[in-house]
Formats: sequence, C-alpha cells, structure tokens
Amino acid sequence: MAERVLMRNFERPDSHTLAGYQATGGYQALRKAIGLGADAITAEVKQANLRGLGGAGFPTGTKWGFIPQKRTAPVYLVVNADEGEPGTFKDRYLLERDPHALIEGMLIAAYAIECETSFVYIRGEYVRPWRIFAEAVREAEGAGLLGRNILGSGFDHRIIVHRGAGAYICGEETGLISSLEGQKGWPKVKPPFPAVRGAFGAPTIVNNVETLCCLPPIIARGGQWFAALGTKSQGGTRMYSVSGHVARPGVYEASVSITLRDLIYREAGGIRGGRPLKAVVPGGSSAAILKADEIDVSMDVDGLKSAGTMAGSAGVIVMDETTCIPEALWVVARFYAHESCGQCTPCRECTGWIYKIAGRILAGKGVPQDPDTIVDVAKRGIGTTICAFYDGAIGPYISYVEKFRGEFDYHIRHGACDVHPGRAGRVPASAGAH
Amino acid sequence: MRPETASTLAFSDEQLRRVRELQALYPERRAALLPVLRMAQETFGHIAPEVEAYVGELFDLSPAHVHEVVTFYTLFFQKPVGRHVLAVCHNLSCALLGAEDVIGHLQERLGIEAGETTPDRRVTLLRVECLCACEMAPMMQVDDDYVGPLTPETIDRVLEGLR
Ligand SMILES: Cc1cc2nc3c(=O)[nH]c(=O)nc-3n(C[C@H](O)[C@H](O)[C@H](O)COP(=O)(O)O)c2cc1C
Ligand code: SF4
Ligand code: FES
Repeated sequence: MAERVLMRNFERPDSHTLAGYQATGGYQALRKAIGLGADAITAEVKQANLRGLGGAGFPTGTKWGFIPQKRTAPVYLVVNADEGEPGTFKDRYLLERDPHALIEGMLIAAYAIECETSFVYIRGEYVRPWRIFAEAVREAEGAGLLGRNILGSGFDHRIIVHRGAGAYICGEETGLISSLEGQKGWPKVKPPFPAVRGAFGAPTIVNNVETLCCLPPIIARGGQWFAALGTKSQGGTRMYSVSGHVARPGVYEASVSITLRDLIYREAGGIRGGRPLKAVVPGGSSAAILKADEIDVSMDVDGLKSAGTMAGSAGVIVMDETTCIPEALWVVARFYAHESCGQCTPCRECTGWIYKIAGRILAGKGVPQDPDTIVDVAKRGIGTTICAFYDGAIGPYISYVEKFRGEFDYHIRHGACDVHPGRAGRVPASAGAH
Repeated sequence: MRPETASTLAFSDEQLRRVRELQALYPERRAALLPVLRMAQETFGHIAPEVEAYVGELFDLSPAHVHEVVTFYTLFFQKPVGRHVLAVCHNLSCALLGAEDVIGHLQERLGIEAGETTPDRRVTLLRVECLCACEMAPMMQVDDDYVGPLTPETIDRVLEGLR
C-alpha cells in the first residue's frame, strides 16, 4: 500500500480535534506557507502536479492563476463539500476524521489567493460531517487560527459553513454558487469562469475538499515530493471510494498510478464470494463503464481518459456476474432524469427519454431499435448544454449499451433477463410505468 | 423529531435575532435564505405556502421566489412528514446490493408505499438518490443518521427504536 498522505490521521481516535491534529504536526504547514508567501505557495502547488479531485481534474495551481490581477472585489474561496456523485464518499471521511486538515488546507489556499472569507458548502444530508466540521471551525477560531492576524502574520480569515438542501446539481461549481447565493442551484454559462466572476459577483475559487486537504502535506514536504507520488501528468495519491460487489467496500488511499485491478483485488479484497467480475465504473456514476478485461489501467486522469472513461471523483462501483446491466442502466438513467435541473432542453428531454426507453426494455416491452435509439438520443445533446451534467450522463448511457449490447437485445427478444432467468420480482414494479 | 403542527406562524424573538445574524453573515442578505428555510422547517414542521410568504417577508422576496427555491431542493418538505423520516437510497451501489428488497420490506412493515406517511404520523418513507455512503450499501438515512448495511433484521431493529 502506498504511503497514506490524506488518510494519515484516520486511525487516531482524536483525529477530529485540534489537539489531535496538532499532536501530529498540524498547522505547521500553515506557518511554513505564510513564511513562503503567496506566489511561492502557488508555485509549489503547480510543481506538485495537483489536479482537482472533485471530478474535472483541472490543475489546481493553474486555476488559482485565473483570478484577475487587478481586483475590484474581494476574492472568495468556496469549498465544494456537496459530495453527490453516486459511488463517492471520500469527502465525508475527510470532514469527519480530519476536519482540521481541511481548515489548514483552506487557510493555505486563502493565503495564496489573498482571500479573507471562505464558504464551505456541505450537502444537507451530511449532518454528522457538518457537526464535526463546524465544531472544528469553532475550535480553530478559539485558538486564533481563524479570525484576525492569524499566527501574528497580519492575515485575516473567516470560514462560513453553509449547508445545502438536497440537489445533485449543486455539486457543479456554478450551480453551487447560485445555491450559496440563495437561489435554486441552476448552473450558469461559462465563461465567465468563477475565478473571474463567481460568488456574489466576485472572483471565486471553487475547490473540492480532498483537493484542499492535499495542501498541508504539499507545503510541509514540497511540491516535488508530492509530484513523485503520482504519474507524469498528475501528482499525489488520492482516496478511492470502492463500493458494489467487493469483499471490503470502503475508502482506500493509493497513488494515482495504481491500476484498477490492484485497487479492486489487492486493496478492496476482490469480488465478494470470489465470483467473477463483470464490469466496473471507475470514477463515479458519470464515468463510462469498463468491462472485466479492461481493468489493467492506471487510475490517473490521463490513464482513464485513454481507456475511454474518466477518473472523475474516483468512485469505483464494482459489478460481479450477477449484475443485470439493463437494470443498472435503468437505475442510472432514473438518477439523471431526476437530477437534471431542466434548464437546457437537450438535457431535460434526453435524460427523460432515455429513462423511459430503459424502463421499457427492463419491463420486457422493448423494441429492437431501442439500444440504437438510446445511443442516438444520447449523442444528440453532446456539447449543447450549459453544464457538464449532460456530458456526464451520456458516459453511462452510451457505454452500457455499446459494451453490453447482447444483454439489451436479449431482454428485448425474450422479454426476460438472461442473468436472472425466471427470477420473479427482479424488475421493479415502477419500470416501464413512465 | 419534528413538531407535528405549527402553533403560530412566527419565529420567536430569539429566532429573529438569529435570522438577522445569518443575514449579516453573508455579503448579500439573500444568501441566508437556505439556512433560514431550514430553521423554518424545524420550527413549523414543513414549508407550507404561509411559511414561504413569512420567510419571503423576512427577506423582502416574493413568495413566488421562495417557492421556486423550496421546490428545487429535496430536503424541504412541502407537506407534513412523520415524526421520523426514513430515506432509502435506491442509487446504483445500493441497487446492486438489494435496495429494492429493503424498500419492499419497509413498505410491508409500515403498510405504506414509499413517499407516504404512516396514518399515526410516526414514519415517512422516502426513496432518495445516492447519500454518498455507498460503502454501507444498502443503506438509508434515519432522521439525521446513516444506517447500513441493511438486512431485514437491522431494518426491524431500527423500526422498533422509533417512537
Ligand atoms: C453535475 C456535476 C456534479 C458535480 N459534483 C461535484 C461534487 O459533488 N463535488 C465536487 O467537489 N465537485 C463536483 N463537481 C465538479 C465541480 O464542478 C468542480 O469542478 C470542482 O468542485 C472543482 O474543484 P477541484 O478543482 O478541486 O476538483 C461536479 C460537476 C458536475 C458537472
Ligand atoms: S446540462 Fe442539464 S443540469 Fe446542466 S444546466 Fe443544462 S439542464 Fe441543467
Ligand atoms: S448508492 Fe446508495 S449511498 Fe451511494
């Protein structure tokens, strides 16, 4: 197993407290960062080859550089703790087990981008993570690590903890900003990017929880050290959420260079009951599916891209041979149809249409052209929408059908499932009812 | 635990102070809308049209705007819910490990369909999308807490614990 960088404190029972964090050298990196100065922090982060871990994989240091030099408004840091990508649960662990690492990472980022106020947008369902994180903020305030003149450096910073109210699209950065401003979470057209015009009309950096938690170790041990942990194009380790039919579902930290095979078989204990693997979704439900013989691929952004899928949020969903792929598609299609914010016609219409077709196939009422229709419909909207939600949705739509075409055709021809022959009640009553 | 009905439709003085505090916390007052709606739901049980109008007044926002926001989010309830809310995840990882069986078992034990509240107003049962605790699949949220992996036995134990 690779060195634990992000999960280094998880085993400590007091890891969520200030005392526990400081006992392991916590807030030393902040002191060092302030000594380095803003430009040197950004340079270190660029050298670390840190790429955003929330989904898009954009280089963090480069993103910070998009803030206009001439400022007419304060700069805001917004932490994306809205974790909503199906199959992903790493940020929850960080909020609960190492909240001070996030606070320290935020302070380092804030110092680098010269920001005095940050917002942490936590998904509304995360009650326990919110309580623990909010308590950590109070502790940091009490210890003078937040507020005025932090560590006697003249640096002021305050953290405002904000809770969401249940909507996947609020994970998308511009949707998140709209929601933070007290509106429905409708994404906005980019450009302007948030770094130029974001929250409350001011330049805003949106970063994921895990991305920010990488900063204290990067500052403490150097960008070069962090870069060397990963691959040529992406530095570091990251936290993989592994779920589905594995022996040991859970969160695992490994280098971004680990293969999907090693992650599943070495870290997560292989497939439950020793069954054969059928398919894997490597980066949250928006990532294209891989077949069992496609898992010798490295988990970094470029490795998975070259395999025709994406690293995304590193939510690995494992399916063994008992999985009915048309049923999996129906579940995923229901999600996208439900969560589309409805602003863009192609997104609203195509997600609903595909959900309907998937339900029809599953209910044994499909027609022979249905699989082709799914792919055609999915492709129709590519590149025509305001945000990347729709381009995320087509990843599963197209890949499930193209890679498991035989199963769809079987359902259509026989009105039944080849994986669960004669298994009553497998098809949810609501399928085909839409 | 949620109060069953609203007694009077107004925040206490203490709550009004909190509203003003929240409004002052952000660069723009309106950013406090979600937190204040949450307070309203905790106080009045659910967000009825009168509550939307009341919250709108506190922000100088039209009831229509507040309504638009309320309906956008799944955690704001527009009708009364039971004293306990069970939200069962039916997304992919939970589905792979039997979410439909969990929902079926709960519907049978409670005698209601997902989306409904028991006649004694004890429990509301909901289907929800990924709660991002897929390592506990199949799982559900019981009021503030996450519970899983669920089996018929663990579900029954949860139900017995609800008053
Ligand atoms: C539909 C959609 C949902 C998203 N959900 C999340 C999320 O839950 N958490 C997250 O950090 N980023 C999410 N993102 C990515 C954010 O838009 C943004 O890229 C990210 O928060 C930037 O932080 P990073 O550069 O540190 O990764 C989502 C993007 C899209 C298009
Ligand atoms: S692509 Fe879909 S989710 Fe994104 S803005 Fe358009 S309708 Fe909304
Ligand atoms: S799929 Fe159920 S919690 Fe993620």
